[in-house]
Amino acid sequence: METLVPLLAVSDFFPRGILPYLLGGLLVGLGAAVIYLATGIIAGASTFLESTLSYVSDVDRFNRFKYVQSRNWRVVFTLGIVSGAAIWGLVLAPDPTIWTTDVQWWRLLGGGILVGVGTRLGKGCTSGHGVCGVGSLSNTSLVNVATFMVFAIGTAQLVQALGVSP
Amino acid sequence: MSNETQSPWFLPVIYVGGLIFGLGLAISGMARPEVVLDFLQFEDFGLLFVMGGAAAVTGVTFAVATRYLNRAPLTASEYTRRVKEFDRNVVVGGVIFGVGWGLSGICPGAAYASFGVGNYPILWAIAGMFLGAYAQGHVRSLIGGNTGGS
Repeated sequence: METLVPLLAVSDFFPRGILPYLLGGLLVGLGAAVIYLATGIIAGASTFLESTLSYVSDVDRFNRFKYVQSRNWRVVFTLGIVSGAAIWGLVLAPDPTIWTTDVQWWRLLGGGILVGVGTRLGKGCTSGHGVCGVGSLSNTSLVNVATFMVFAIGTAQLVQALGVSP
Repeated sequence: MSNETQSPWFLPVIYVGGLIFGLGLAISGMARPEVVLDFLQFEDFGLLFVMGGAAAVTGVTFAVATRYLNRAPLTASEYTRRVKEFDRNVVVGGVIFGVGWGLSGICPGAAYASFGVGNYPILWAIAGMFLGAYAQGHVRSLIGGNTGGS
């Protein structure tokens, strides 16, 4: 009986189990580690947004040397992310139909705009600050992650409380 | 890093690293906004294992490489940690990103992966991210050059 109680508690907090999360997280770290060990580059996902804009925009900020000289490999990195996810979603996953989202389009678009502004203003996103910055024990990243976590939790719970679902 | 494209292995390695990264994002469920929103609504804490697991791997890798390894083989770059300068934008950007992440349940890397798994409504979010990145870059270029940012 005494083992039953903690088991119930665990499944309350992790209704989908823990394994896919842990395995997925380790692979995310491994992908970043492969690139880092081979090239010394600490790859984040959101810089791609600005470096790719340098192909089509003459705005000064997007055409800084470090964006222009990295924009090609950032496209390749993003194509790798798309391909890796496609291998899982379209070939390996048990049920490909579960992957589409029912979150409403205006949440995706409006949230996406804020993500685009916030990650670039804040110098990184969940991969740059959240994974690589935290892995570096960088105070800048720890402050950024704590900030976006608190505001994301507040926003998601507010939207839920207003009756928007999903 | 200016000569980083000289090795013929450079782009293939970036691609393979991205592929493993994207595979992980897909397996972890982060490619689905619903899974992220469940975390933010305290209904499923699995995301902690994704971020924690990934940060543990990069943390060990950075620690070993910066201490014991010389230079990266493909670029001859020195191994460094990811330490960015702190300024007000780190907090303001974090607030805006947090509100956007809480509203949409999706962040940049997970959005690319989401497109890969065939979740095409995510194009709304990707379009939004480009719009947002363009808007901040345009405004910041107008008001005072290229201060801050990464």
